[in-house]
Amino acid sequence: MTQTTKTDFQWRRKHLIGLRELSRKEIEFILDTARGFEEFSTRSIKKAPALRGKVVVNMFFEDSTRTRNSFTLAASRLSADVIEFTKTSSSVNKGETLIDTARNLEAMGVDIVVIRHGAGGAAHLLSRSIKACVINAGDGFHEHPTQALLDAYTIRQIKGTLEGLKIGIVGDIAHSRVARSNIHALTKLGAEVILVGPPTLMPAQVQNLPVQVSYSLDAVIDKLDVINMLRIQFERLGGNLFPTVREYSHFYGLTVERLKKAKPDILVMHPGPLNRGLEIESEVADGPNSVILRQVSNGLAIRMAVLFLVNQAAVLEAKDSLP
Amino acid sequence: MKETAPSILIRNGRLIDPANGVDQTADLLVADGKVSQIGRLPAKADIIIDASGKIVSPGLIDLHVHFREPGDEEEETIASGSAAAVAGGFTSVVCMPNTSPPIDNATSVEFVHRMGRQARKTFIYVMGTLTKGRAGEELSEMGLMAQAGAIGFTDDGSGVQNTAVMLRALKYASMFNRVVAQHCQDDSLARGGVMNAGYNATLLGLPGMDPLAEEMMLWRDIQLVKKTKTRYHAQHISTAGSVQLIRQAKQEGLPVTCEVTPHHLLLTEELLKDYDTNYKVNPPLRTLADVEALRRAIQEGLVDALATDHAPHLKSEKELEFLAAPFGIASLECALPLYRKALIDPGVIDWPQLLAMLTYRPARILNISKGTLGVGDRADITIIDPDAEWTIDPNRFFSKSHNCPYAGWTVKGKVLYTIVAGEIRYCAEGYAPCPC
Ligand SMILES: [Zn+2]
Repeated sequence: MTQTTKTDFQWRRKHLIGLRELSRKEIEFILDTARGFEEFSTRSIKKAPALRGKVVVNMFFEDSTRTRNSFTLAASRLSADVIEFTKTSSSVNKGETLIDTARNLEAMGVDIVVIRHGAGGAAHLLSRSIKACVINAGDGFHEHPTQALLDAYTIRQIKGTLEGLKIGIVGDIAHSRVARSNIHALTKLGAEVILVGPPTLMPAQVQNLPVQVSYSLDAVIDKLDVINMLRIQFERLGGNLFPTVREYSHFYGLTVERLKKAKPDILVMHPGPLNRGLEIESEVADGPNSVILRQVSNGLAIRMAVLFLVNQAAVLEAKDSLP
Repeated sequence: MKETAPSILIRNGRLIDPANGVDQTADLLVADGKVSQIGRLPAKADIIIDASGKIVSPGLIDLHVHFREPGDEEEETIASGSAAAVAGGFTSVVCMPNTSPPIDNATSVEFVHRMGRQARKTFIYVMGTLTKGRAGEELSEMGLMAQAGAIGFTDDGSGVQNTAVMLRALKYASMFNRVVAQHCQDDSLARGGVMNAGYNATLLGLPGMDPLAEEMMLWRDIQLVKKTKTRYHAQHISTAGSVQLIRQAKQEGLPVTCEVTPHHLLLTEELLKDYDTNYKVNPPLRTLADVEALRRAIQEGLVDALATDHAPHLKSEKELEFLAAPFGIASLECALPLYRKALIDPGVIDWPQLLAMLTYRPARILNISKGTLGVGDRADITIIDPDAEWTIDPNRFFSKSHNCPYAGWTVKGKVLYTIVAGEIRYCAEGYAPCPC
């Protein structure tokens, strides 16, 4: 496939752990590469040979049908063999470590490990312990890089650029890996990010991040070009982070009423799955401003690009180490 | 057993005995397990050690170690921990009771002592728990444990959460004249946390432990000590706020003491950026401002003791995800040069002040007659080459565990000989004569 960029930039990372460590150039390079894969879905034969003979394992320690399917499809479109490894209980027992599991898979000749895990740093740990490429598909509340890349991609696709845009991220920022990766990606690409939610859902020393913070959605909604509604994590309600879902959606839910105050061309995004009627009203989710389904299809192109690039870096590395 | 141990003459060393205000070059003769003479002595003894240019100190005391026996002998045993202790220059250590099962009864206390005697390396002391099973609900049999030789009480590993229980524990312990030690940490603020709460936790996406969790419990305990007047020892304090609370308590003349670990004097939360679990400790590594506050506290004399909180763990456990890996650093064998690096090199304190916090001041907290080198005192002695350079290699530790973030550090200060009760129980490689 031909690169859409004419730069002589060469991708050298065989792992994608987070977007914090990526430069603007690297992020743009992934987005540009994804553009080359975008038209795949419209072809009659939706396959490229880039990963032929390679083995990709989807190691999911947390449920996520959507992300897993997206990676599986992306890998198979690049002609890789895909192993699904699902384990919902976490590997916290003595004697059965994440690394053991990964090493076992690696012994079967796995080239790329896509990992989703409940513990922050799990992907990082893996990348230090095995030779295969590691792609982070979400670790604890650390990062979810491909989600943020597909968000950035979608915004760029519609708005042309992120430079100067005001983007609101609404909800549980403290426990959201999507928010973290978004903050890194969007600000690097020149957007202004406003985090919206109650103080109990803001991470510690959030003022050190290159973002603004607002506790009131109503106060900022008219300024936004894009609004990214995070999913309410019901399992965190036990933490008493806000009084009730009812009160939360009163202040932070994206309703038709509230959307009337926004710019007419605001993009409404959501990483899914939706809690309809809570953080987002159905009519909004399915309305003209919503790009939620576009995010899903762009996710495929992004994941193809990432799989393609890390594999390319691994091949280059192997070449470099030849005598 | 009438045979007498060989006499040892330590010649020409820099004798530092902070308790007695001694810092002079002298010879020291050990006979019958005691310091028998100090001064200019004739070269007559079974063993003669030339200590020119070396420091001759009372044996070091570490009042906070975890030797994992009973329960986790894979990680450490009292025997392997004792060997590590003497290699680090420690002639007395205090084992924490958070073993499994915990040391919460007299039989367990006796067990630890017996294993210590059998290991025949360092003196082994043990604290009993404050509450049964460390559950924080019912008082453990402190009286029976005190009779069995428990040197103090703590639920270390966690703090006693319930204020009424803690008040009762302090009141009850006061009749045995034992120190009550506390791992200050309010679980409602810290539970689930794996590192210092703050910006770095935000970036790493790891749950944080707020400094307030430590300070709240320390503040609460100080109020209880005002009421009970029981001797109270705050373990491994780690924040600038805790320093402030200790300062205040001491100004008020309360019987409150505290300790600081080498890692809280040298390392900061920034080092967690690669999720290296060797940096995962409890209390967590804090910020540079906290490190500086602790160093200043030491300079002011507010810190009574230095303690390693030696916490060995298996490699396989430390290889777990950061969230799941256990807390702790194994540091007994490299503690002394780390203290030098943290405190002497930057000019915070000098050798006599450092050794005070490693000898008679912990002894005073524990209420034991150790940590001094007067004529007639028990011959627990550590001989140190203050300037010898070496590289820390955890694979060479006597400890069974190697969870040590200092691997590869080049440090200054080396323990050459550790003499316990008049016997050479450790000597560094190449430093004969050594009957051990
Ligand atoms: Zn502790």
